[in-house]
Order: sequence, then structure tokens, then C-alpha cells
Amino acid sequence: MSGDLLEITDLKVTFDTPRGPVHAVDGVSFSVGRGEVLGIVGESGSGKSVTLRAIPRLLHANAAVTGRALWRGQDLFAMDAETLRRVRGGKIAAIFQEPMSALNPVLPIGQQIDEVLVAHTTHDRAARRRRGAELLGLVGIASAATRLDQYPHEFSGGMRQRAMIAIALAANPELLLADEPTTALDVTIQDQILKLMLRLVAELGMSMVLVTHDLGVIAETCDRVAVMYAGRLCETGVVAEVFERPLHAYTRALLQSMPGEGAARAQLIPIPGQPPRVDKPVPGCAFAPRCTLTEARCASERPLLRALAPAHASACHAGERLLAETGP
Amino acid sequence: MKRLSAPLIGGMILLGAVMLCAMIPDVLAPYDPLGFDFAALLAPPSAAHPFGTDQFGRDMLSRTISAARIDLQIALFATIFPCVLGVLIGLFVGWYGGVADMIFGRLVDLVVTFPFLVLVIAIVAILGPGLVNMYIAITIVGWVAYARLMHSEVLVQKAGEYVAAARVLGYSTPRILFRHILPNAIRPVLVYLVSDMALVILLGSSLGYLGLGAQPPEAEWGVLIADGKNFFNQAPWIALFPGAVIVIAGLGFSLTGDGLADLLEVKR
Repeated sequence: MSGDLLEITDLKVTFDTPRGPVHAVDGVSFSVGRGEVLGIVGESGSGKSVTLRAIPRLLHANAAVTGRALWRGQDLFAMDAETLRRVRGGKIAAIFQEPMSALNPVLPIGQQIDEVLVAHTTHDRAARRRRGAELLGLVGIASAATRLDQYPHEFSGGMRQRAMIAIALAANPELLLADEPTTALDVTIQDQILKLMLRLVAELGMSMVLVTHDLGVIAETCDRVAVMYAGRLCETGVVAEVFERPLHAYTRALLQSMPGEGAARAQLIPIPGQPPRVDKPVPGCAFAPRCTLTEARCASERPLLRALAPAHASACHAGERLLAETGP
Repeated sequence: MKRLSAPLIGGMILLGAVMLCAMIPDVLAPYDPLGFDFAALLAPPSAAHPFGTDQFGRDMLSRTISAARIDLQIALFATIFPCVLGVLIGLFVGWYGGVADMIFGRLVDLVVTFPFLVLVIAIVAILGPGLVNMYIAITIVGWVAYARLMHSEVLVQKAGEYVAAARVLGYSTPRILFRHILPNAIRPVLVYLVSDMALVILLGSSLGYLGLGAQPPEAEWGVLIADGKNFFNQAPWIALFPGAVIVIAGLGFSLTGDGLADLLEVKR
């Protein structure tokens, strides 16, 4: 689609380690539309965070990134440093899992907001200060004027994540990358922060990519979901559609292993085994060794991501079977 | 606010006394440090001359007090220059890594292979004796310690989430280096700086003793001891009291350094 804000094509990330290359992300493609919230879900080590961090080129030098990341038609991976610097923070902002470590401990919150405004706007000092207070108010921090002069250690966990969001939003970005923004917070705060982020995304007309391992969070917040396993994209589609009618064996197994809204005594079915090692390439489907729907070709032939239903694509040889089982 | 520990207070009192001597030597010294008194040559410590007098009848208390200024100057300049140079090198090498890191590593190996004092003496010998050349020599050798501290700290900080956050917010590299990483990485360097001041006072005195540092008539504690060594059998106090003052100043810097380390460590 040409109306997409961000279009990732065949993203591959390989880490050079002393024990050989590790394929953390292996051919992932997806797109994010304007005002859309895309959730990327997967278990630990599935490459979801690496995928997110590869987009604004945040990975360290030992990561080899190939593929394309088109931001409004411009490839972020081919961009010169100065253009990239303007896009970062100005157009694409990010928030991370640990709000304490993502904030600079030696600078007051107000100065950290101020810095974004210095880098990306032409406001004068007084205007920046006003904007700082306004942003803290926007993310629900009371008595913003005094809070601006406080240091991160004077904030509680939830407050820090709110402050982090305020910093990310300071320059009115169009896309927010959120890497497990609620994982480090306790459950009651998680809910508040998610609701806050959703409200802000809607109010400010932003798009968001939300990485999480929590299917519940995806169900609550996202428009579309992308399921990742072992560095590969399994399935993408509208959230309700994917949850109702998973067309990938892994997604189906994942949903069956979760306590859902179904009958109270419904049996949970765990997925046997372990995710494959990512240090050697898997020829066929990465999920095949743990799958209950395997066919002969699963071990040798890698399934390609293809649209099986409107706005619903799956990379599973059993996709058509699953589609037939559930009906149109 | 955390309470100041006893070593820190003790160290600061000792340092304060030395600094006072350096600031107002004319007020504190009972005699002119260069004034000869041929009526009291090599006089032992007494009420009139608490530290005794030297072979020209100069009052050792006054000489020791007036020497404090040069020794504090050494403590300051012989640490600040290596510190600034080392911090800048450590910061850039830690951030950019790669080839710079390799060259840095070899350079460090090269410098640390030689004993510190031997290398400093060799460089001063080439440049010629004197305070300025001594500072140059100490800077050439001393930056390594600061650079290594800074380098390792930058490697830690660089991996921090707040640096990733700063990058994704579109800040320029100099801004990230100086405003975000430097203030977070500087603490161990500051603690080392204060401890290093004790070491360079000893070093400056050693070089002064050997005639490579401060030159007469500049009075410096090491020079005073060197003067006194010729009369050590008849008048041990000439060397003894400046020596004791060196120990006191060194102790003051060490205690302050340790106290600062404790104070800053808890806050991390």
C-alpha cells in the first residue's frame, strides 16, 4: 500500500558472535498505516524487540541489517546521518521497557524534555518550558511545574514511564515505537499506562508499533497484530480476526495455551518442546518440531507469508486447512 | 542529604589547613621565608622557631608554609591536565571503538609497560628540569589512567537504555557524548582525581628532591628535604618537618578521595 507510513520489507538481522552468526530476525515484512496500532507479539528471543530496534537503526555495530524500511518512501537504512537524526525523535520516537534506565539519571525531567524541543523545534526557552509542563499534564502527571525540576529517582515507576512518554511525544512524532512499555510495571499501573498510550495515539493521530509478549495487551490495544516465532513472521492480520480464527499452527497453539474468555474449566494445551536455536538456519518451518499439524514438506520447505483471507496473512503450510476447518 | 563521614571531614580539615597556608602564607609565616639570620644557624626547634632553622638561619616553619603554594599548584596542574586529556580520549575511544580502540589499547600497553616514575624522569630529562616540563611529562604519562577509567565506564554507559533513548530522540553525537554519557561516567574519574592529587604531591616532591621539578629559589617540600639531607646528622629537623607535612597533605587528599568515593557510591 502506498498510503503506509512505514513499510518493512524482508528485514534480516544477523548478529556476529564469537560462536558464529545468529539469525535474530529472518525475513520479516510488515507495514504500519497512518493512525494504526500494530502489535508485534512473540515469546522471548523471537526477535520482536530486535525488529523494533532495527527500524530506527538502534542496533549495535555487530548487527548486520538487510532489507528495507521505507519511511514515507525513504529508506531509513540508506539514509544519511543528518536526515536520520531529524527523523529520529522528530518523526519516529521510541519508548522502552525499563523507564528508569531509559531516563538519564543525572538530568532533571524538565531538561530531558527541553532537550528534545531544542533538537527538533525552534521554540524559545519560555515556550519550551510551557510545552514541558503541558506535556507532563498530557501524560497525567500532576503539579507539572514542580515535577519538571525533579530527577528520575524522585519519580515512581509508573511516573517514569509517563515521563518517558512525554519525552517521546515532545516533538509531535508521527510514529511511536514501544518496546514492551509496560513489562517492568506492576499490573494496575500497566493498565493505566496502556490506556494512556491508546488515548494519546488516538488524540494526536499517531501510529504505534507495540512490542509485547502479552496477548492480552494486544487484544486490548492493537488494530492489527503480527505474530513472530524464531525470528520469522508467522501471521499478520486484524486482531479480532487472528484471535478468532488463527491461520498459523503456532498462533493457534499459542492461543490454546492461554487462559481465555472461554469456559472456566476449558483445558489449556501447552506447547511441547523449546524454540529452535537461532545460531543455525532452519530449512523448513521453524515451528515444525513442536507442531501438531505437520506435513511432510514442513521440515524441508519454508512456508511463505501469503494472504489467506482479507487482511489476514499466514506463513503456514497448514493455513489452508485451518481456513477450511473454520469456514469463511 | 547524606551525612559526611569521619574520614571525609578529617581529610577536608587537613586539606583546608594546607590550602590556608597556600592562600595566606605571609600572614601565617612568623618570619620571611628567605630572610637569613646568622645568629641562629641550624637552630633546633624552639618556641621562637617551632620547626628549627636551616644552615642560613632561615625559619623552617615559614619556609614550609610558603612551599605549600607550589605543592598545591603541583597537585592541581599535575592532575587536571592528564585528567582532561584522558577523559576526552577515553570518551571518544569508548564511543567509537573499532580501530581507535585498537590503537588506544596498544598505546596504553606501551605506557603502562614502563614504571611511572622512570618514564616521567626520562621525559623531564629530555625536556629539561622545571615545573612546566614536569607537568608536560606527567600529562604524557598520566592520561592513561584516566583514559582507561573513562573508557571502561563509557562502554558500560553506552549500552544503557538512556543512550538508546537519546539516539532515537535524534540527538547529535557530541550532545550524547558530553551531555548524557560524560556526566554519568565521570564519577569514578573524579574520585580517582582526588586520590591522584596525593600521589602527584609525592611525585612532585620526589622530582623536586632529585632537582627535576621546582627549581630554587622556589621553595617546594621535596626541595626543602633535598636541602636538609646534607645536614641530616646535625640538624634532622630541616628534612623532617617538610617530610611530615608531605605526609599530612597526602593523607588529607587520600582521606578526602576515599570519603568522596563512599559518598558518591551510595547515590548510584
